[in-house]
Amino acid sequence: MSNNNLPTWEVFIQPKTGASFEHAGNVHASDKEMALQNARELYTRRQEGTCIWVVKTEDIVSSNPEDQQSFFDPADDKLYRYPTFFKVSKKAKGL
Amino acid sequence: MGHFLPSNHSSKANTLTMSAVQETAFQEKIDAELKIEAKDWMPDKYRLHLIRQISQHAHSEVIGMQPEGNWITRAPSLRAKMVLIAKVQDEAGHGLYLYSATETLGITRSELIKQLQTGKAKYSSIFNYPTLTWADMGAIGWLVDGAAIVNQQSLRRTSYGPYSRAMVRICKEESFHQRQGYEIMSKMSNGTIEQQEMAQDALNRWWWPSLMMFGPTDSESAHTSNAMKWKIKRGTNDDLRQLFIDRTVKQAELIGLEIPDPDLKWNPKTKHYDFGEIDWEEFWEVVNGNGFCNKERINNHIKARSEGQWVREAALAYSEKKQNGV
Repeated sequence: MSNNNLPTWEVFIQPKTGASFEHAGNVHASDKEMALQNARELYTRRQEGTCIWVVKTEDIVSSNPEDQQSFFDPADDKLYRYPTFFKVSKKAKGL
Repeated sequence: MGHFLPSNHSSKANTLTMSAVQETAFQEKIDAELKIEAKDWMPDKYRLHLIRQISQHAHSEVIGMQPEGNWITRAPSLRAKMVLIAKVQDEAGHGLYLYSATETLGITRSELIKQLQTGKAKYSSIFNYPTLTWADMGAIGWLVDGAAIVNQQSLRRTSYGPYSRAMVRICKEESFHQRQGYEIMSKMSNGTIEQQEMAQDALNRWWWPSLMMFGPTDSESAHTSNAMKWKIKRGTNDDLRQLFIDRTVKQAELIGLEIPDPDLKWNPKTKHYDFGEIDWEEFWEVVNGNGFCNKERINNHIKARSEGQWVREAALAYSEKKQNGV
């Protein structure tokens, strides 16, 4: 049994024109052309998408779940970033 | 006081407390119905349980292509052939979704395949039964996929994120499988006498193995308790089996087929069907490698994998060559 694992690629699919790309899963492939074709065969057998991105898994940079609290801390105490923070007269329309 | 202790002693104590704290936080997350993701802390036993269960599921999808692949060249019409090819291709896809989910737990694809080929990992025993007639394609889609759907619908709520997402995707695709199987059975049971007999014979052979797909009864199942506590499994083997039986009995009646169980009858008290004793001896015989097709299934897998070896090597060599600009 050989161990020549083909590298993995993460697959992102745009479900319809204008929509955001969403992560669908991954595929094994030796290069980007094969990654795109495998992604099409695996994730869009029922017209699930209008466009596919593939990117090598090792090239993805992720934040660490263990650091979740400190990492997202800067957004914790800034309620003024939400529209409901501001008191406005009910008579003022179109706001 | 800590600095009076030898340093290794102190750090060992800290590690123990640390992992107890992590385990409590982990269980709280599970109890709150939050998903565990690949990079989150998890107990080793949770990880190992998932690797065993998800890979067994993946192997079942892949080995499950063989009994149906057996009939592609002999499908009775072009329509039936196209549908069967699409179904078998879906099974390959489902295997790949599940291998991907397993790989997030830190095991490689080739290790998983090695475990399958050496018998360390199991796959569903149902695929060790032979497919003797075209009616078996009907029975497999209707019963085997039907049983799988009951299990998979429940697993959409499993606590491990990547497994849950694979299940959502698979369930969307799987209902076509069951309907195509039921269509075959209903056509045959409305056909000639020979076709009706063939359909009934297929039901007779596949009914009990389908019930065994849910695994041993809860009192005998080695893996149920942790799996329920960690919400890897969301229904017990017996509950899911009962759900499948309740659904299927009426479907059989509708197309005039008889479930091969003299003890099967509606119980108005429990609002479920009572059913006869499952032959667990047969179940364990097949699990332990003595079914009709165990050897053939694995040998085919080894053959296909080794015959494709040069393709993977050539693809890797080509990609290296391009990167080096030769």
